[in-house]
Amino acid sequence: MSDLLLPPEHRYAKIIEKMRNEDGSELSILNLGPTHPATHGIFQNILLMDGEKILDAEPTIGYIHRAFEKIAENRPFYQINVLTDRMNYCSSPINNMAWWMTVEKLLNIEVPKRAQYLRVIVMELARIADHLICNSILGVDTGAYTGFLYVFQFREKIYEIYEEICGARLTTNMGRIGGFERAWSDEAFKKLNVFLEEFPIAWKEFENLFERNRIFIDRTVNVGPISAEKAMQYGLTGPNLRAAGIDYDVRKAAPYSSYEDFDFDIPVGQSGDTYDRFCVRNAEVWQSLSIIRQALAKLPEGPYHADVPDYYLPPKEDVYHNMESLIYHFKIVMGEVPVPVAEIYHAVEGGNGELGFYLITDGSRTPYRLKFRRPCYVYYQAYTEMIKGGMLSDAIVILSSLNVIAGELDA
Amino acid sequence: MALEIEFIKEKMISKYGNKVLNFEMSRDIFSFEATPDEIHDVIRFLKEDEQLNFHFLTDLAGVHFPDNDENHQFAIVYHLHNWVENVRIRVKTYLPESPEVPTITDLFLCANWMEREAWDFYGINFIGHPQLKRILNMEEMVSHPMRKEFPMEDGGRTDKDDRFFGRTPANC
Repeated sequence: MSDLLLPPEHRYAKIIEKMRNEDGSELSILNLGPTHPATHGIFQNILLMDGEKILDAEPTIGYIHRAFEKIAENRPFYQINVLTDRMNYCSSPINNMAWWMTVEKLLNIEVPKRAQYLRVIVMELARIADHLICNSILGVDTGAYTGFLYVFQFREKIYEIYEEICGARLTTNMGRIGGFERAWSDEAFKKLNVFLEEFPIAWKEFENLFERNRIFIDRTVNVGPISAEKAMQYGLTGPNLRAAGIDYDVRKAAPYSSYEDFDFDIPVGQSGDTYDRFCVRNAEVWQSLSIIRQALAKLPEGPYHADVPDYYLPPKEDVYHNMESLIYHFKIVMGEVPVPVAEIYHAVEGGNGELGFYLITDGSRTPYRLKFRRPCYVYYQAYTEMIKGGMLSDAIVILSSLNVIAGELDA
Repeated sequence: MALEIEFIKEKMISKYGNKVLNFEMSRDIFSFEATPDEIHDVIRFLKEDEQLNFHFLTDLAGVHFPDNDENHQFAIVYHLHNWVENVRIRVKTYLPESPEVPTITDLFLCANWMEREAWDFYGINFIGHPQLKRILNMEEMVSHPMRKEFPMEDGGRTDKDDRFFGRTPANC
Protein backbone atom coordinates (compact mmCIF):
# COMPACT_ATOMS: atom_id res chain seq x y z
CA MET A 1 0.00 0.00 0.00
CA SER A 2 1.28 3.40 -0.88
CA ASP A 3 2.17 5.64 2.04
CA LEU A 4 -0.08 8.32 0.63
CA LEU A 5 -3.11 6.26 1.53
CA LEU A 6 -2.22 6.34 5.22
CA PRO A 7 -3.60 9.00 7.50
CA PRO A 8 -1.16 11.91 7.17
CA GLU A 9 -0.02 11.79 10.77
CA HIS A 10 1.09 8.16 10.33
CA ARG A 11 2.81 8.98 7.10
CA TYR A 12 4.66 11.87 8.71
CA ALA A 13 5.60 9.75 11.75
CA LYS A 14 7.44 7.43 9.34
CA ILE A 15 9.28 10.38 7.83
CA ILE A 16 10.18 11.70 11.26
CA GLU A 17 11.74 8.35 12.13
CA LYS A 18 13.97 8.53 9.09
CA MET A 19 14.76 12.20 8.82
CA ARG A 20 16.35 14.72 11.14
CA ASN A 21 16.71 18.46 11.02
CA GLU A 22 20.00 19.95 9.99
CA ASP A 23 20.89 20.64 13.60
CA GLY A 24 19.99 17.10 14.62
CA SER A 25 16.67 17.88 16.26
CA GLU A 26 13.46 16.11 15.35
CA LEU A 27 10.90 17.20 12.78
CA SER A 28 7.44 17.72 14.16
CA ILE A 29 3.82 17.31 13.19
CA LEU A 30 1.42 20.18 13.66
CA ASN A 31 -2.31 19.81 13.48
CA LEU A 32 -3.69 23.08 12.17
CA GLY A 33 -7.43 23.11 12.53
CA PRO A 34 -10.13 21.91 11.98
CA THR A 35 -11.42 24.72 14.16
CA HIS A 36 -8.79 27.34 14.53
CA PRO A 37 -9.55 31.04 14.88
CA ALA A 38 -7.03 31.91 12.19
CA THR A 39 -8.49 29.74 9.46
CA HIS A 40 -11.98 31.32 9.09
CA GLY A 41 -13.84 28.12 8.48
CA ILE A 42 -13.40 24.46 9.11
CA PHE A 43 -10.11 23.55 7.49
CA GLN A 44 -7.78 20.94 8.83
CA ASN A 45 -4.22 20.74 7.65
CA ILE A 46 -1.74 18.30 9.07
CA LEU A 47 1.68 19.82 8.63
CA LEU A 48 5.13 18.32 8.77
CA MET A 49 7.32 21.02 10.24
CA ASP A 50 10.99 21.71 10.49
CA GLY A 51 10.94 24.32 13.21
CA GLU A 52 8.66 26.93 11.73
CA LYS A 53 9.17 25.84 8.14
CA ILE A 54 6.51 23.69 6.48
CA LEU A 55 7.94 20.65 4.73
CA ASP A 56 4.74 18.93 3.76
CA ALA A 57 1.03 19.32 4.32
CA GLU A 58 -2.14 17.37 3.80
CA PRO A 59 -5.53 18.98 4.01
CA THR A 60 -8.46 17.00 5.33
CA ILE A 61 -11.75 18.30 4.02
CA GLY A 62 -15.38 17.37 4.33
CA TYR A 63 -16.08 18.60 7.85
CA ILE A 64 -19.24 20.35 6.76
CA HIS A 65 -20.16 18.09 3.87
CA ARG A 66 -23.95 18.10 3.59
CA ALA A 67 -24.50 15.86 0.57
CA PHE A 68 -26.07 18.61 -1.54
CA GLU A 69 -25.70 16.63 -4.73
CA LYS A 70 -27.64 13.73 -3.26
CA ILE A 71 -30.30 15.97 -1.77
CA ALA A 72 -30.63 17.77 -5.10
CA GLU A 73 -31.44 14.49 -6.82
CA ASN A 74 -34.53 14.27 -4.65
CA ARG A 75 -35.80 17.79 -4.96
CA PRO A 76 -37.69 19.69 -7.64
CA PHE A 77 -35.77 22.48 -9.33
CA TYR A 78 -37.21 25.37 -7.37
CA GLN A 79 -36.23 23.75 -4.06
CA ILE A 80 -32.60 23.33 -5.04
CA ASN A 81 -31.98 27.05 -4.87
CA VAL A 82 -31.69 26.98 -1.11
CA LEU A 83 -28.90 24.43 -1.38
CA THR A 84 -26.88 26.71 -3.62
CA ASP A 85 -27.09 29.52 -1.04
CA ARG A 86 -25.19 27.45 1.38
CA MET A 87 -22.23 26.79 -0.85
CA ASN A 88 -20.44 30.09 -1.15
CA TYR A 89 -22.31 31.88 1.60
CA CYS A 90 -20.24 35.03 1.15
CA SER A 91 -21.82 35.64 -2.24
CA SER A 92 -24.98 33.56 -2.26
CA PRO A 93 -26.89 35.63 -4.87
CA ILE A 94 -24.32 34.63 -7.49
CA ASN A 95 -24.99 30.98 -6.70
CA ASN A 96 -28.74 31.55 -6.78
CA MET A 97 -28.66 33.33 -10.12
CA ALA A 98 -26.31 30.73 -11.54
CA TRP A 99 -28.77 28.02 -10.63
CA TRP A 100 -31.76 29.83 -12.12
CA MET A 101 -29.80 30.48 -15.28
CA THR A 102 -28.98 26.79 -15.52
CA VAL A 103 -32.65 25.88 -15.24
CA GLU A 104 -33.61 28.58 -17.72
CA LYS A 105 -31.04 27.25 -20.15
CA LEU A 106 -32.58 23.80 -19.73
CA LEU A 107 -36.11 25.06 -20.27
CA ASN A 108 -35.16 27.56 -23.00
CA ILE A 109 -36.63 30.49 -21.12
CA GLU A 110 -35.84 33.98 -22.31
CA VAL A 111 -35.49 36.30 -19.33
CA PRO A 112 -36.62 39.92 -19.79
CA LYS A 113 -33.88 42.48 -20.14
CA ARG A 114 -34.82 44.24 -16.92
CA ALA A 115 -34.54 41.06 -14.89
CA GLN A 116 -31.19 40.32 -16.51
CA TYR A 117 -29.86 43.74 -15.57
CA LEU A 118 -31.18 43.43 -12.03
CA ARG A 119 -29.42 40.10 -11.80
CA VAL A 120 -26.20 41.68 -12.94
CA ILE A 121 -26.56 44.34 -10.26
CA VAL A 122 -27.16 41.87 -7.49
CA MET A 123 -24.40 39.53 -8.68
CA GLU A 124 -21.91 42.36 -8.74
CA LEU A 125 -23.01 43.44 -5.28
CA ALA A 126 -22.37 39.90 -4.12
CA ARG A 127 -18.96 39.94 -5.76
CA ILE A 128 -18.12 43.14 -3.90
CA ALA A 129 -19.24 41.58 -0.62
CA ASP A 130 -17.14 38.50 -1.35
CA HIS A 131 -13.96 40.37 -2.25
CA LEU A 132 -14.49 42.82 0.58
CA ILE A 133 -14.52 40.05 3.15
CA CYS A 134 -11.58 38.28 1.61
CA ASN A 135 -9.35 41.33 1.42
CA SER A 136 -10.25 42.81 4.76
CA ILE A 137 -9.77 39.46 6.51
CA LEU A 138 -6.42 39.16 4.78
CA GLY A 139 -5.62 42.47 6.45
CA VAL A 140 -6.68 41.08 9.81
CA ASP A 141 -4.45 38.06 9.33
CA THR A 142 -1.46 40.25 8.64
CA GLY A 143 -2.16 42.33 11.72
CA ALA A 144 -4.08 45.25 10.25
CA TYR A 145 -7.44 45.28 11.96
CA THR A 146 -8.37 48.83 11.05
CA GLY A 147 -9.07 48.27 7.38
CA PHE A 148 -11.47 45.50 8.23
CA LEU A 149 -13.47 47.79 10.50
CA TYR A 150 -13.52 50.50 7.84
CA VAL A 151 -15.12 48.39 5.16
CA PHE A 152 -17.02 45.73 7.02
CA GLN A 153 -19.97 47.99 7.69
CA PHE A 154 -20.48 48.10 3.95
CA ARG A 155 -21.11 44.41 3.84
CA GLU A 156 -23.92 45.20 6.23
CA LYS A 157 -25.19 47.80 3.75
CA ILE A 158 -25.06 45.23 0.97
CA TYR A 159 -27.02 42.81 3.13
CA GLU A 160 -29.60 45.50 3.72
CA ILE A 161 -30.00 45.80 -0.02
CA TYR A 162 -30.48 42.02 -0.27
CA GLU A 163 -33.04 42.32 2.48
CA GLU A 164 -34.99 44.84 0.45
CA ILE A 165 -34.85 42.60 -2.60
CA CYS A 166 -35.66 39.21 -1.13
CA GLY A 167 -36.15 39.52 2.61
CA ALA A 168 -33.13 37.47 3.59
CA ARG A 169 -29.57 38.47 4.33
CA LEU A 170 -27.05 35.67 4.27
CA THR A 171 -28.72 32.71 2.62
CA THR A 172 -30.76 34.73 0.23
CA ASN A 173 -32.83 32.26 -1.80
CA MET A 174 -33.20 35.06 -4.29
CA GLY A 175 -34.97 34.91 -7.64
CA ARG A 176 -37.22 32.38 -9.29
CA ILE A 177 -37.21 30.54 -12.61
CA GLY A 178 -37.50 33.34 -15.15
CA GLY A 179 -36.60 36.32 -13.00
CA PHE A 180 -37.26 37.63 -9.53
CA GLU A 181 -39.98 36.72 -7.07
CA ARG A 182 -41.03 40.36 -6.66
CA ALA A 183 -40.22 43.75 -8.12
CA TRP A 184 -37.42 45.68 -6.53
CA SER A 185 -38.79 48.30 -4.17
CA ASP A 186 -37.89 51.98 -4.39
CA GLU A 187 -36.20 51.53 -1.05
CA ALA A 188 -33.85 48.97 -2.59
CA PHE A 189 -32.77 51.41 -5.30
CA LYS A 190 -32.43 54.19 -2.73
CA LYS A 191 -30.16 52.05 -0.58
CA LEU A 192 -28.21 50.99 -3.63
CA ASN A 193 -27.60 54.61 -4.62
CA VAL A 194 -26.47 55.52 -1.11
CA PHE A 195 -24.12 52.54 -1.20
CA LEU A 196 -22.70 53.60 -4.55
CA GLU A 197 -21.97 57.03 -3.11
CA GLU A 198 -20.46 56.02 0.20
CA PHE A 199 -18.67 52.79 -0.50
CA PRO A 200 -16.06 54.03 -3.03
CA ILE A 201 -14.76 56.53 -0.47
CA ALA A 202 -14.26 53.82 2.12
CA TRP A 203 -12.78 51.43 -0.42
CA LYS A 204 -10.30 54.08 -1.53
CA GLU A 205 -9.27 54.57 2.09
CA PHE A 206 -8.94 50.84 2.50
CA GLU A 207 -6.70 50.64 -0.54
CA ASN A 208 -4.55 53.51 0.65
CA LEU A 209 -4.11 51.77 3.96
CA PHE A 210 -2.73 48.62 2.36
CA GLU A 211 -1.35 49.00 -1.09
CA ARG A 212 1.87 50.81 -0.16
CA ASN A 213 2.00 49.61 3.41
CA ARG A 214 5.52 48.37 4.20
CA ILE A 215 4.41 45.74 6.71
CA PHE A 216 1.64 44.44 4.49
CA ILE A 217 3.95 44.25 1.48
CA ASP A 218 6.58 42.40 3.50
CA ARG A 219 4.01 39.90 4.62
CA THR A 220 2.45 39.27 1.21
CA VAL A 221 4.85 39.85 -1.69
CA ASN A 222 6.31 36.57 -2.88
CA VAL A 223 4.24 34.63 -0.39
CA GLY A 224 2.51 31.65 -1.94
CA PRO A 225 3.24 32.46 -5.57
CA ILE A 226 1.93 30.19 -8.30
CA SER A 227 2.95 30.28 -11.94
CA ALA A 228 0.37 30.62 -14.69
CA GLU A 229 1.20 27.14 -15.96
CA LYS A 230 0.75 25.55 -12.52
CA ALA A 231 -2.40 27.57 -11.91
CA MET A 232 -4.00 26.11 -15.03
CA GLN A 233 -2.87 22.61 -14.12
CA TYR A 234 -4.44 22.96 -10.70
CA GLY A 235 -7.68 24.26 -12.14
CA LEU A 236 -7.53 27.71 -10.58
CA THR A 237 -10.14 30.12 -11.83
CA GLY A 238 -11.34 33.53 -10.82
CA PRO A 239 -9.19 36.15 -9.07
CA ASN A 240 -6.61 33.58 -8.00
CA LEU A 241 -5.98 32.60 -11.60
CA ARG A 242 -5.99 36.16 -12.84
CA ALA A 243 -3.42 37.07 -10.19
CA ALA A 244 -1.14 34.60 -11.96
CA GLY A 245 -1.56 36.54 -15.18
CA ILE A 246 -4.25 34.72 -17.17
CA ASP A 247 -7.20 36.86 -18.16
CA TYR A 248 -9.84 34.15 -18.13
CA ASP A 249 -13.18 35.41 -16.89
CA VAL A 250 -16.46 33.64 -17.61
CA ARG A 251 -18.22 37.01 -17.84
CA LYS A 252 -16.13 37.77 -20.93
CA ALA A 253 -15.57 34.27 -22.28
CA ALA A 254 -19.22 33.22 -22.26
CA PRO A 255 -21.35 36.23 -21.31
CA TYR A 256 -24.55 35.39 -19.48
CA SER A 257 -27.34 37.62 -18.24
CA SER A 258 -26.37 40.46 -20.64
CA TYR A 259 -22.81 40.94 -19.39
CA GLU A 260 -21.92 41.68 -23.01
CA ASP A 261 -23.80 45.00 -22.67
CA PHE A 262 -21.36 46.37 -20.12
CA ASP A 263 -17.94 47.74 -20.53
CA PHE A 264 -15.45 46.46 -17.98
CA ASP A 265 -11.85 45.31 -17.72
CA ILE A 266 -10.37 42.13 -16.36
CA PRO A 267 -7.62 43.04 -13.92
CA VAL A 268 -4.67 40.64 -13.97
CA GLY A 269 -1.60 40.22 -11.79
CA GLN A 270 1.81 38.88 -12.63
CA SER A 271 3.34 36.59 -10.07
CA GLY A 272 0.26 34.98 -8.57
CA ASP A 273 1.41 35.70 -5.04
CA THR A 274 -0.70 36.86 -2.13
CA TYR A 275 -0.15 40.54 -2.87
CA ASP A 276 -1.26 40.11 -6.48
CA ARG A 277 -4.38 38.26 -5.40
CA PHE A 278 -5.14 41.13 -3.04
CA CYS A 279 -4.64 43.72 -5.78
CA VAL A 280 -6.69 41.80 -8.34
CA ARG A 281 -9.62 41.60 -5.92
CA ASN A 282 -9.28 45.31 -5.13
CA ALA A 283 -9.34 46.18 -8.80
CA GLU A 284 -12.30 43.88 -9.42
CA VAL A 285 -14.32 45.72 -6.83
CA TRP A 286 -13.86 48.92 -8.87
CA GLN A 287 -14.94 47.08 -12.01
CA SER A 288 -17.99 45.72 -10.22
CA LEU A 289 -18.94 49.20 -9.07
CA SER A 290 -18.63 50.42 -12.62
CA ILE A 291 -20.82 47.57 -13.89
CA ILE A 292 -23.50 48.35 -11.31
CA ARG A 293 -23.49 52.03 -12.31
CA GLN A 294 -23.78 51.14 -15.98
CA ALA A 295 -26.60 48.70 -15.29
CA LEU A 296 -28.50 51.25 -13.23
CA ALA A 297 -28.05 53.90 -15.90
CA LYS A 298 -29.24 51.59 -18.67
CA LEU A 299 -31.87 49.74 -16.64
CA PRO A 300 -34.77 49.14 -19.03
CA GLU A 301 -38.42 49.21 -18.04
CA GLY A 302 -40.39 46.03 -18.25
CA PRO A 303 -41.42 42.96 -16.30
CA TYR A 304 -39.16 41.55 -13.60
CA HIS A 305 -39.81 37.97 -14.57
CA ALA A 306 -40.48 35.97 -17.71
CA ASP A 307 -44.01 34.93 -18.60
CA VAL A 308 -43.65 31.22 -17.87
CA PRO A 309 -46.73 30.14 -15.90
CA ASP A 310 -45.58 26.52 -16.05
CA TYR A 311 -42.62 27.27 -13.82
CA TYR A 312 -43.19 30.63 -12.14
CA LEU A 313 -45.48 30.50 -9.12
CA PRO A 314 -48.48 32.83 -9.54
CA PRO A 315 -49.14 35.55 -6.94
CA LYS A 316 -50.83 34.15 -3.87
CA GLU A 317 -54.00 36.29 -4.12
CA ASP A 318 -54.57 35.00 -7.66
CA VAL A 319 -54.26 31.43 -6.43
CA TYR A 320 -57.16 32.02 -4.09
CA HIS A 321 -59.39 33.80 -6.57
CA ASN A 322 -58.44 32.58 -9.99
CA MET A 323 -58.93 29.10 -11.39
CA GLU A 324 -55.96 29.08 -13.78
CA SER A 325 -53.55 30.36 -11.20
CA LEU A 326 -54.71 27.68 -8.81
CA ILE A 327 -54.08 25.02 -11.44
CA TYR A 328 -50.61 26.29 -12.20
CA HIS A 329 -49.79 26.58 -8.53
CA PHE A 330 -50.92 23.03 -7.96
CA LYS A 331 -49.00 21.69 -10.93
CA ILE A 332 -45.77 23.41 -9.97
CA VAL A 333 -45.95 22.30 -6.36
CA MET A 334 -46.95 18.73 -7.24
CA GLY A 335 -44.32 18.49 -9.94
CA GLU A 336 -46.47 18.09 -13.03
CA VAL A 337 -44.42 20.47 -15.12
CA PRO A 338 -42.88 19.56 -18.46
CA VAL A 339 -39.11 19.15 -18.24
CA PRO A 340 -37.03 18.22 -21.29
CA VAL A 341 -34.51 15.39 -21.25
CA ALA A 342 -31.18 17.13 -21.60
CA GLU A 343 -27.68 17.68 -20.36
CA ILE A 344 -26.72 21.21 -19.45
CA TYR A 345 -23.51 22.75 -18.29
CA HIS A 346 -23.78 26.36 -17.25
CA ALA A 347 -20.98 28.36 -15.73
CA VAL A 348 -20.85 31.78 -14.19
CA GLU A 349 -18.06 33.81 -12.71
CA GLY A 350 -18.56 33.31 -8.99
CA GLY A 351 -16.71 35.18 -6.30
CA ASN A 352 -13.91 32.65 -6.42
CA GLY A 353 -13.95 31.49 -9.99
CA GLU A 354 -15.90 29.42 -12.44
CA LEU A 355 -18.99 28.17 -10.67
CA GLY A 356 -20.58 25.54 -12.87
CA PHE A 357 -23.69 23.42 -12.72
CA TYR A 358 -23.72 20.18 -14.66
CA LEU A 359 -27.30 19.05 -14.83
CA ILE A 360 -28.68 15.84 -16.30
CA THR A 361 -32.44 15.55 -16.48
CA ASP A 362 -34.53 12.53 -17.35
CA GLY A 363 -37.83 14.33 -17.79
CA SER A 364 -38.96 14.11 -14.20
CA ARG A 365 -39.33 16.97 -11.75
CA THR A 366 -35.99 16.34 -10.05
CA PRO A 367 -32.51 16.34 -11.62
CA TYR A 368 -31.17 12.93 -12.50
CA ARG A 369 -27.72 14.16 -11.61
CA LEU A 370 -26.53 17.56 -10.54
CA LYS A 371 -22.84 18.22 -10.19
CA PHE A 372 -21.62 21.45 -8.73
CA ARG A 373 -18.33 22.61 -10.14
CA ARG A 374 -17.18 24.40 -7.03
CA PRO A 375 -14.15 26.59 -7.67
CA CYS A 376 -12.87 26.33 -4.08
CA TYR A 377 -12.87 22.56 -4.17
CA VAL A 378 -10.79 22.51 -7.31
CA TYR A 379 -8.21 25.11 -6.41
CA TYR A 380 -7.75 24.18 -2.76
CA GLN A 381 -5.62 21.30 -4.09
CA ALA A 382 -2.93 23.80 -4.96
CA TYR A 383 -2.73 24.97 -1.36
CA THR A 384 -0.32 22.21 -0.29
CA GLU A 385 2.12 23.12 -2.97
CA MET A 386 1.82 26.82 -2.25
CA ILE A 387 2.66 26.54 1.44
CA LYS A 388 5.48 24.02 1.12
CA GLY A 389 8.76 25.60 2.12
CA GLY A 390 7.03 28.60 3.65
CA MET A 391 6.52 29.68 7.22
CA LEU A 392 3.53 28.72 9.31
CA SER A 393 2.32 32.30 9.49
CA ASP A 394 2.48 32.49 5.69
CA ALA A 395 0.24 29.44 5.44
CA ILE A 396 -2.50 31.36 7.26
CA VAL A 397 -2.10 34.37 5.00
CA ILE A 398 -2.16 32.23 1.85
CA LEU A 399 -5.32 30.48 3.02
CA SER A 400 -7.13 33.78 3.48
CA SER A 401 -5.87 35.18 0.22
CA LEU A 402 -7.17 32.15 -1.67
CA ASN A 403 -10.57 32.86 -0.15
CA VAL A 404 -11.45 29.22 0.38
CA ILE A 405 -15.03 29.09 1.64
CA ALA A 406 -15.75 26.02 3.73
CA GLY A 407 -19.32 25.71 2.49
CA GLU A 408 -18.26 25.68 -1.11
CA LEU A 409 -15.32 23.40 -0.49
CA ASP A 410 -17.41 20.69 1.09
CA ALA A 411 -20.83 21.22 -0.51
CA MET B 1 -9.05 30.27 -37.05
CA ALA B 2 -11.85 29.18 -34.92
CA LEU B 3 -11.97 25.61 -33.82
CA GLU B 4 -14.79 24.00 -35.80
CA ILE B 5 -16.89 21.18 -34.45
CA GLU B 6 -16.60 19.22 -37.71
CA PHE B 7 -12.85 19.56 -37.55
CA ILE B 8 -12.68 18.10 -34.04
CA LYS B 9 -14.97 15.28 -35.07
CA GLU B 10 -12.98 14.35 -38.14
CA LYS B 11 -9.74 14.54 -36.26
CA MET B 12 -10.97 12.25 -33.51
CA ILE B 13 -12.48 9.72 -35.91
CA SER B 14 -9.39 9.57 -38.10
CA LYS B 15 -7.23 8.90 -35.06
CA TYR B 16 -9.45 6.63 -32.99
CA GLY B 17 -11.89 5.14 -35.50
CA ASN B 18 -14.74 3.34 -33.82
CA LYS B 19 -13.33 3.90 -30.33
CA VAL B 20 -15.00 7.29 -30.32
CA LEU B 21 -18.70 7.50 -31.01
CA ASN B 22 -21.98 9.32 -30.51
CA PHE B 23 -20.85 12.76 -31.58
CA GLU B 24 -23.55 15.30 -30.87
CA MET B 25 -24.10 18.93 -30.16
CA SER B 26 -25.67 18.78 -26.73
CA ARG B 27 -27.12 22.29 -26.48
CA ASP B 28 -24.09 24.56 -26.42
CA ILE B 29 -21.42 21.93 -25.77
CA PHE B 30 -20.06 19.48 -28.30
CA SER B 31 -19.87 16.04 -26.75
CA PHE B 32 -18.87 12.51 -27.61
CA GLU B 33 -18.16 9.15 -26.05
CA ALA B 34 -14.94 7.21 -25.86
CA THR B 35 -14.36 3.64 -24.78
CA PRO B 36 -12.84 3.22 -21.30
CA ASP B 37 -9.61 1.66 -22.57
CA GLU B 38 -9.00 4.61 -24.88
CA ILE B 39 -10.21 7.42 -22.65
CA HIS B 40 -6.81 8.30 -21.25
CA ASP B 41 -5.34 8.50 -24.73
CA VAL B 42 -8.26 10.50 -26.03
CA ILE B 43 -7.94 13.07 -23.28
CA ARG B 44 -4.21 13.27 -23.72
CA PHE B 45 -4.69 13.80 -27.43
CA LEU B 46 -7.30 16.51 -26.80
CA LYS B 47 -4.93 18.21 -24.41
CA GLU B 48 -1.64 17.90 -26.23
CA ASP B 49 -2.61 18.26 -29.85
CA GLU B 50 -1.59 21.74 -30.91
CA GLN B 51 -4.74 22.45 -32.86
CA LEU B 52 -7.20 21.05 -30.34
CA ASN B 53 -5.40 22.34 -27.23
CA PHE B 54 -8.05 21.51 -24.61
CA HIS B 55 -5.68 22.44 -21.85
CA PHE B 56 -8.06 23.03 -18.96
CA LEU B 57 -10.02 20.37 -17.13
CA THR B 58 -13.14 22.13 -15.92
CA ASP B 59 -14.89 19.27 -14.26
CA LEU B 60 -15.04 15.54 -13.85
CA ALA B 61 -18.32 14.01 -12.78
CA GLY B 62 -19.39 10.47 -12.06
CA VAL B 63 -22.92 9.39 -12.93
CA HIS B 64 -24.77 6.19 -12.06
CA PHE B 65 -27.24 4.64 -14.50
CA PRO B 66 -28.64 1.53 -12.81
CA ASP B 67 -31.29 1.10 -15.51
CA ASN B 68 -28.83 0.89 -18.37
CA ASP B 69 -27.42 -2.36 -19.74
CA GLU B 70 -24.53 -3.94 -17.91
CA ASN B 71 -21.80 -2.16 -19.88
CA HIS B 72 -23.28 1.28 -19.28
CA GLN B 73 -23.82 1.25 -15.52
CA PHE B 74 -21.59 4.19 -14.75
CA ALA B 75 -20.42 7.18 -16.67
CA ILE B 76 -17.57 9.57 -16.15
CA VAL B 77 -18.08 12.93 -17.75
CA TYR B 78 -15.08 15.11 -18.45
CA HIS B 79 -15.53 18.76 -19.31
CA LEU B 80 -12.54 20.23 -21.07
CA HIS B 81 -12.05 23.80 -22.12
CA ASN B 82 -9.81 25.48 -24.67
CA TRP B 83 -9.43 29.03 -23.40
CA VAL B 84 -7.63 30.30 -26.49
CA GLU B 85 -10.44 29.44 -28.88
CA ASN B 86 -13.00 29.50 -26.08
CA VAL B 87 -14.44 26.10 -26.94
CA ARG B 88 -15.75 23.62 -24.44
CA ILE B 89 -16.00 19.91 -25.02
CA ARG B 90 -17.61 17.09 -23.10
CA VAL B 91 -16.16 13.59 -23.22
CA LYS B 92 -17.97 10.67 -21.67
CA THR B 93 -17.01 7.14 -21.01
CA TYR B 94 -19.35 4.39 -19.86
CA LEU B 95 -18.28 1.71 -17.43
CA PRO B 96 -19.72 -1.64 -16.32
CA GLU B 97 -20.52 -2.76 -12.78
CA SER B 98 -17.42 -2.50 -10.52
CA PRO B 99 -16.12 0.34 -12.65
CA GLU B 100 -12.46 0.89 -13.40
CA VAL B 101 -10.82 3.48 -15.58
CA PRO B 102 -7.27 4.85 -15.97
CA THR B 103 -6.57 8.00 -14.01
CA ILE B 104 -5.85 11.29 -15.73
CA THR B 105 -3.95 12.78 -12.79
CA ASP B 106 -0.80 12.52 -14.91
CA LEU B 107 -2.38 14.96 -17.37
CA PHE B 108 -4.16 17.36 -15.03
CA LEU B 109 -3.11 17.96 -11.44
CA CYS B 110 -6.61 19.13 -10.59
CA ALA B 111 -8.03 15.73 -11.53
CA ASN B 112 -6.65 14.39 -8.26
CA TRP B 113 -9.46 15.50 -5.96
CA MET B 114 -12.10 15.24 -8.66
CA GLU B 115 -11.28 11.57 -9.06
CA ARG B 116 -11.16 11.06 -5.34
CA GLU B 117 -14.64 12.54 -5.16
CA ALA B 118 -15.87 10.16 -7.86
CA TRP B 119 -14.30 7.26 -5.97
CA ASP B 120 -15.83 8.43 -2.72
CA PHE B 121 -19.35 8.82 -4.04
CA TYR B 122 -19.56 6.24 -6.83
CA GLY B 123 -16.81 3.76 -6.09
CA ILE B 124 -15.19 4.28 -9.46
CA ASN B 125 -11.66 2.91 -9.29
CA PHE B 126 -9.17 5.16 -11.01
CA ILE B 127 -6.23 2.92 -11.85
CA GLY B 128 -2.91 4.58 -11.19
CA HIS B 129 -4.28 7.34 -8.99
CA PRO B 130 -1.61 8.26 -6.41
CA GLN B 131 -3.91 8.70 -3.44
CA LEU B 132 -7.28 7.13 -4.08
CA LYS B 133 -9.00 7.46 -0.73
CA ARG B 134 -12.21 9.03 0.46
CA ILE B 135 -12.29 12.77 0.48
CA LEU B 136 -15.57 14.24 1.67
CA ASN B 137 -16.95 11.27 3.58
CA MET B 138 -15.26 9.68 6.52
CA GLU B 139 -12.72 6.96 6.00
CA GLU B 140 -14.80 4.34 7.87
CA MET B 141 -17.73 4.53 5.47
CA VAL B 142 -18.32 1.38 3.44
CA SER B 143 -20.87 2.40 0.83
CA HIS B 144 -20.74 4.86 -2.02
CA PRO B 145 -23.60 7.19 -1.26
CA MET B 146 -24.28 8.82 -4.61
CA ARG B 147 -25.21 5.51 -6.20
CA LYS B 148 -28.89 5.43 -6.95
CA GLU B 149 -29.61 2.44 -4.74
CA PHE B 150 -28.34 4.29 -1.68
CA PRO B 151 -31.46 5.71 -0.03
CA MET B 152 -31.44 9.32 0.99
CA GLU B 153 -33.79 8.74 3.86
CA ASP B 154 -34.47 5.96 6.29
CA GLY B 155 -36.49 3.40 4.32
CA GLY B 156 -38.72 2.67 7.28
CA ARG B 157 -40.52 5.97 7.15
CA THR B 158 -44.23 5.71 6.50
CA ASP B 159 -45.17 9.40 6.65
CA LYS B 160 -43.86 10.07 3.19
CA ASP B 161 -45.43 8.47 0.14
CA ASP B 162 -43.09 8.24 -2.82
CA ARG B 163 -45.95 8.66 -5.26
CA PHE B 164 -46.25 12.26 -4.13
CA PHE B 165 -42.70 13.15 -3.28
CA GLY B 166 -40.42 11.01 -5.39
CA ARG B 167 -39.73 10.10 -8.94
CA THR B 168 -42.52 8.15 -10.62
CA PRO B 169 -43.16 7.53 -14.31
CA ALA B 170 -46.48 9.33 -13.99
CA ASN B 171 -45.09 12.76 -13.20
CA CYS B 172 -42.77 12.97 -16.16
